[in-house]
Amino acid sequence: MAESSAKWRERLLYLISPIGLLLVWQILVELGFGDRRFIPTPSDIALRFWQLSVSGELATNTLATLWRVFAGFVIGVVPAIAVGLVMAMFRPVRIFFDPLIAALFPIPKVALMPLLLLAFGFGDASKIALVAIGVFFPVIVNTYAGAANIEKIYWDVSRNYGASLWVMFSRIVFFGALPMIFAGLRIAVAVAFIVLVAAEFVSTKVGIGYMIWNSWELLQVDSMFVGIVVIGLLGLVASALLAELEHKVVPWKSDAN
Amino acid sequence: MGVERRGAAIEIAQLRKVYGNGADAVVALDDIDLRVAPGEFLCIVGPSGCGKSTLLRILAGLDRQSSGRLDIQAAGWAVSNAMVFQDSGLFPWMSVEKNVGFGLFTRGVPAAEHAARVEAALKLVGLTRFRHHYPHQLSGGMRQRGAIARAFVTDPAMLLMDEPFAALDAQNRAILQAELVRLWEETGKTVVYITHSIEEALLLGDRTVVMTAHPGRIKEIIDVPFAHPRNLMALSASAEFGRLKLDIWRLLEDEVNRARAELEQ
Repeated sequence: MAESSAKWRERLLYLISPIGLLLVWQILVELGFGDRRFIPTPSDIALRFWQLSVSGELATNTLATLWRVFAGFVIGVVPAIAVGLVMAMFRPVRIFFDPLIAALFPIPKVALMPLLLLAFGFGDASKIALVAIGVFFPVIVNTYAGAANIEKIYWDVSRNYGASLWVMFSRIVFFGALPMIFAGLRIAVAVAFIVLVAAEFVSTKVGIGYMIWNSWELLQVDSMFVGIVVIGLLGLVASALLAELEHKVVPWKSDAN
Repeated sequence: MGVERRGAAIEIAQLRKVYGNGADAVVALDDIDLRVAPGEFLCIVGPSGCGKSTLLRILAGLDRQSSGRLDIQAAGWAVSNAMVFQDSGLFPWMSVEKNVGFGLFTRGVPAAEHAARVEAALKLVGLTRFRHHYPHQLSGGMRQRGAIARAFVTDPAMLLMDEPFAALDAQNRAILQAELVRLWEETGKTVVYITHSIEEALLLGDRTVVMTAHPGRIKEIIDVPFAHPRNLMALSASAEFGRLKLDIWRLLEDEVNRARAELEQ
């Protein structure tokens, strides 16, 4: 009993800070601190959220953004994991890719947007490509680090027990690197939303990023806030899903915590 | 009751292993001459740094000698060797069952046979109830049992064991030693067993190879006269056991002291 009440207390504590922040915000604006046209109250934002939901505008924009994140994520992550693992298994491959990664990783990916617009046009493809490039680097770097740090004994065991290269790749190196791959994926989720919203500011007529920027231009500050809140929620849900997946797929690490 | 002996025969002649080259070269093994008969349980003791693990890795094919001859006769055996490591080396991402079956999986053993052999191996080491557990959910002793099952299940011509029980507490070690001797008495396979414990070498083996350090050489090979089946507890309390233990300790003492003196210089 004592244990479960302690758990509830922790959950309560977890909710107090965001709810408290919203309350303080609401009260300060109601009291007349700040101009309500530029700084809406949480209740104004909630009302606008409701209106945009009913009109379907919010769903359209959210789905567009989600599709771009999802497609870009898959297209970027799969090769990043594959190449990262192969880099750890074969030294020449690592030497080949190392300078490329070192040079390209630090480039702010949003700077590539004009180039991608030239290549892929104003449709979804350019946004998806940007997300793919954005998630590729944190995932490949983490995958390689995870695979390269697999304990020597696991290599020895797999060689001694007759593992083929494919078995080593798919049963040893991949799983050995999984905890680090997930660390990379967590970063990648954040990066995906960051680069995508920035890209949607300028190069599209649909998406949460577009909604935020367009509302700002029209001085609809409450709609702008709705967009920001939606992005935050999407990030939160994506992280939670990823954590759930990690718990399922990497039980030997997450059980220990 | 005799043990029916079978398995690989090993012949090592003038074997030498050098790490590095030029002025940095370190001679890990030098002048190793050794013959192991099929079905022999051979123990190797020596101070740390005597290259005994290196010798085992060369036997396992994980390392190559710099010079000298190594001949393993394992004709008729599908799997030449299986190694058991000090730190079980069970894959944390596989269940006990998957770990035990790994050497069958890599060799493409058909599913029905695979299942039957894994079943038998799990039973042999008493892990049947834990087949779906992951290694992190097991104790150190159970993990080591899993590693032994993984080796036995492949039916290798020889078992190579690198201080498999060194990390266990005394009680678990005693239990697993007894189980290993029982398994060996049943299968009669060639075993090369590395240990730093004289007692363990005498309890388990037919012969004990005493090695020197820097470079690793064979100092002496001692016949262990105890008959099978062995009762390890009774054996370790016998007078002859004590006498042999002292003999080997005297051989090793010089080596240990010399190694320590070298370190302290």
